Amino acid sequence: MAGHHVSTTINGDAFEFVCEPDETLLDVLRDRLSLTGSKEGCGTGDCGACSVILDGRLVCSCLVLGAEAEGRTIATIEGMADGDRLHPLQRKFLEHAALQCGICTPGILVAAKALLEKHPDPSETEIRYWLAGNLCRCTGYDKIVRAVLDAAAEIREGRDAA
Amino acid sequence: MRYEAPERVETAVSLLSGERGLARILAGGTDLLVQLKSGMVEPDLIVDIKKIPEMRRIGAENGGFRIGAAVPSAELSEHPGIRALWPGVVEAAGLIGSTQIQGRATIVGNLCNASPAADSVPAMIVAGAIATVAGPQGRRELPVEAIAAGPGQTSLAKGELVISIFLPGRPPRSGDAYLRFIPRTEMDIAVVGVGVSLTLGEDGLCTAARVALGAVAVRALLVDEAADALIGTAVDEAALERLAAAASAACRPIDDKRGTKEFRIKVAGVLARRAAETALERARRN
Ligand SMILES: Cc1cc2nc3c(=O)[nH]c(=O)nc-3n(C[C@H](O)[C@H](O)[C@H](O)COP(=O)(O)OP(=O)(O)OC[C@H]3O[C@@H](n4cnc5c(N)ncnc54)[C@H](O)[C@@H]3O)c2cc1C
Ligand code: FES
Ligand code: FES
Repeated sequence: MAGHHVSTTINGDAFEFVCEPDETLLDVLRDRLSLTGSKEGCGTGDCGACSVILDGRLVCSCLVLGAEAEGRTIATIEGMADGDRLHPLQRKFLEHAALQCGICTPGILVAAKALLEKHPDPSETEIRYWLAGNLCRCTGYDKIVRAVLDAAAEIREGRDAA
Repeated sequence: MRYEAPERVETAVSLLSGERGLARILAGGTDLLVQLKSGMVEPDLIVDIKKIPEMRRIGAENGGFRIGAAVPSAELSEHPGIRALWPGVVEAAGLIGSTQIQGRATIVGNLCNASPAADSVPAMIVAGAIATVAGPQGRRELPVEAIAAGPGQTSLAKGELVISIFLPGRPPRSGDAYLRFIPRTEMDIAVVGVGVSLTLGEDGLCTAARVALGAVAVRALLVDEAADALIGTAVDEAALERLAAAASAACRPIDDKRGTKEFRIKVAGVLARRAAETALERARRN
């Protein structure tokens, strides 16, 4: 099998890797680039634990081939905090105890960030529909939805103040 | 397995027609990657069409829209022109999977995967959508209902691929709608799907209609008897009653864990009526 040489941008940094043609982007991130924040829950697009942003669109990295990353821009959970400063969503998830085991959390944070960039003031219903592809076995979702609402409010206030 | 991402349609055609083993086209990959993972298909060649500029575009054409085969559903939902002209197609495509799936899934992939339950297909059929196909013999056009042959089977020949879908313009006082039944409110496969498109005359009577059903036969069905129940009427109670009966009568469903035959037949009638009511409301607003 011929390896594919791929150049891509992840969280603002240039990356190069070689992958097999049938390897998924999720496998590349985790096994070749040691970016293990994105999780594999199902590998078939159902759970959202592997969510990343590819050229500005929220996608499941388990349903993207590594070779497809050539020349594209990817954002993963590893790029969410600014050094030690957590993103407001991350802080609100801690404050609201919106996680238990945590395996769904990176995917939900990435998905929620994509939502707030598009809709800074989402309703509860909009949040629930947007996150319908992110499964959580532990929290019952309610605390997640509260945390996203609260983070959205804080981000909006920050913008108003600025 | 080889992976190729050509930048021209002609290159894609020659790659596909030159492959001796099994070739598969990759659009959004939301069906294909799941099939690769499960070992359901083991292609020797994958041709990714997303680097072909012509396939990434949405363009206005003759009062309608041409949608490239690599345009994801999320882009359709964001397109005000298509939403206004064919809201039923946009709502059907918008039902495919989650936000993450929407970012990748294409209506052409939905069509060519040839699942009988594919949500966007009945909506495209009632819209009179035309697929442009490129192949070793050049280009040809065919109505979307001629693409799926049976579960997982298309009528496309070796080396052929769909390059775009054309949604035509439509007369004033037209409306369309798509509804499906699923046991949950999100993220499930249609037990029944119904698309309805209709046009009203100045007197408010229905002058043209198309009705298509999904998930009740080996492929989506265009049901002329159901459309005939509406044409020439005011889409009143009696017409809706006849529509529902014709839709139910056309079903050739299977029994499975999602629904029994009897249930699917009954629900097809109920949804046909509701979709027609929505299409009617939209037609009156146009
Ligand atoms: C979690 C999840 C939820 C889903 N929910 C739904 C749902 O609610 N409703 C629904 O209908 N579907 C659903 N699907 C199935 C899938 O997302 C859709 O069928 C989608 O539209 C496929 O488009 P794609 O671009 O991803 O296709 P791909 O996977 O890229 O391709 C699908 C098939 O079509 C062929 N193909 C692709 N493009 C072309 C072309 N241009 N010419 C010829 N052949 C081509 C491919 O070779 C492949 O065989 C779901 C899938 C997942 C993983
Ligand atoms: S691992 Fe990708 S959606 Fe579950
Ligand atoms: S916190 Fe355990 S799955 Fe969500």
